[in-house]
Order: sequence, then C-alpha cells, then structure tokens
Amino acid sequence: MISLLATTPAIPDLIVFAAGTAMILVGALGVVTSRNPVHAALSLVLTLFGIAVLFIEQQADFLAAVQVVVYAGAIVVLFLFVIMFLGVDRNEDIDAEPLAGQRAMGFIIVVFAVGAIIALGAEAHWVVGPHSVSGLPGGPYQNVSNLGRSVFTTYLFAFEATAALLVIAVVGAVVLARRSGAANAELPEGNPEDEQVAS
Amino acid sequence: MSIPGEYYLILAAILFGIGAVGLVIRRNVLIMFMCVELMLNAANLTFVTFARMLHDIGGQAAVFFVLVVAAAEVVVGLGIVVSIFRRRSTAVADDISSMKG
Repeated sequence: MISLLATTPAIPDLIVFAAGTAMILVGALGVVTSRNPVHAALSLVLTLFGIAVLFIEQQADFLAAVQVVVYAGAIVVLFLFVIMFLGVDRNEDIDAEPLAGQRAMGFIIVVFAVGAIIALGAEAHWVVGPHSVSGLPGGPYQNVSNLGRSVFTTYLFAFEATAALLVIAVVGAVVLARRSGAANAELPEGNPEDEQVAS
Repeated sequence: MSIPGEYYLILAAILFGIGAVGLVIRRNVLIMFMCVELMLNAANLTFVTFARMLHDIGGQAAVFFVLVVAAAEVVVGLGIVVSIFRRRSTAVADDISSMKG
C-alpha cells in the first residue's frame, strides 16, 4: 500500500478511473436502494458499463467487449424480461423492515468485513509468486490473441467443462420453467404431441 | 504512470460490500439476484487487476469463466423464480418459508 502514495497517476488515467468509479458506485447504490425492480435493472447496466470502462483502462479489451455484450446485453435483458413477465414492475415498500434490526446488523457486519479485507490487503505482502505463468496479458492489439491462446491451451479442460455447464443450465431452465403436465391437460387446446416435444 | 492496482482493489472491495448489503437487506428475489451480480463483478474486477499487476493472462481467463458461470446461474435462477412465482404468486423471499424448520 506504500505505492499508493509513491506513484502519481497520469491525469487522463485518473479521469477515466474516476468516471468508471462514479458509474460503478452510483449504479450499485441504485440497485440496492431503488424501489422499482426495473430501475434496479437499469442501475445494474450503469454499474456493468463502469466495470467495462475499468477493464479497458487495464488493457482487458476482449473482456470489456464481452462484459457489455453478455452482461449489459443478455443478462440484464433476461432480468427485465422476467420482471415484465411476472408483472412485479411495481414500486415496492422498502421502508417497512420485517425483521427488527436486520438492516443495521447487515450494514455493520458488511462494513466490518470490507474494512477487514482492505486492512488485510494493506498489511499483507500480496502480489507475490512467479509472473506470467500462463502468458502475458499482451500489449496493444495482443489481448484477444493471448487470451484465446490461454483459454484454448492452458484452460482447455475448463473450457470444455463450461460447455457442459451451459448445456446443463439450459436443460435445467427448460425443465424448471415449463408448465407441468397436469397444468397443460387443463387447457382446452392442450395437445399431447406438444407435451412430447416440450419434454 | 497508470493507476495503481490498489485503487481498483479498494473499489472492488467497496462494490462487493454494496452487493452484500443489498443481498442481506432486500427481500425481492430479483433484486437479490442483481446484488449477486454486483458481487460477481467485484470479483471480476479483482481478477483483472491482479492479471495486470502480475502480468499474467490467467486472471483474465478466470474472468472469462466467471462470465460463463454467471450466465448459467442467472438462467437457472430466473427459471426457479418463474417456477416459484407460478405456484405462490410472490417474488418476496420472506414469503417462501414452507421449508422453514
């Protein structure tokens, strides 16, 4: 943590970092405090864009693009779709506290935990060990090729495992969210052949 | 001179804390999910920061896998939410207490 004071960041870097930080914190507080789930989802987009800005600032170009496409694109749209689908896009009464002292306790515990993490980081001799074990992050225009080489060589088995994970997740979601057979039978247009396709 | 990694790590810790507070104090299942996403993003920011500090692409590869797992988690989680909502017509975590001991 000594380098916190020893180095002086360049002004453009500092501006980008400040902008990303502001986006992240405003968005995160918006998610936690907004009464309407739609507003919370839109605040989440702001946070995810801020994270993408800081990824670019740290030369993680490919991850910044994936962050915008997958998180801000797909996942938030999925959230909004479910919010609209369930019809829970109403204002929620968040002033009532069902469990007395829950918020105060949660806040105190989390502040203590975050303070402990930062204090431990300041005390410990972290960032140790050999550098560049699985390849360099790459200079300009090198990030995508280096990340691809790493994922398809060093982490190939993990990559194949994520493929299996995605298939399992899709099948699981279909099994969870489809109507049960009894509910389908009650519908007048319930077709037994549709049921076969669905299962 | 670029921004020191410590700045990013402190920011990630604060973001993780905000997500954890939200997960504890909010009762809407969907917003609790969004707070989990905040915490995952804080972890991603830490990974990328350490990848830069150690000059190692491994941290960025880890973020890649976290993104995939987060997508799968959201799909299954929202499937569960839809399925519960169909039976109970509620998206409030405190109302889903039939398995309470």
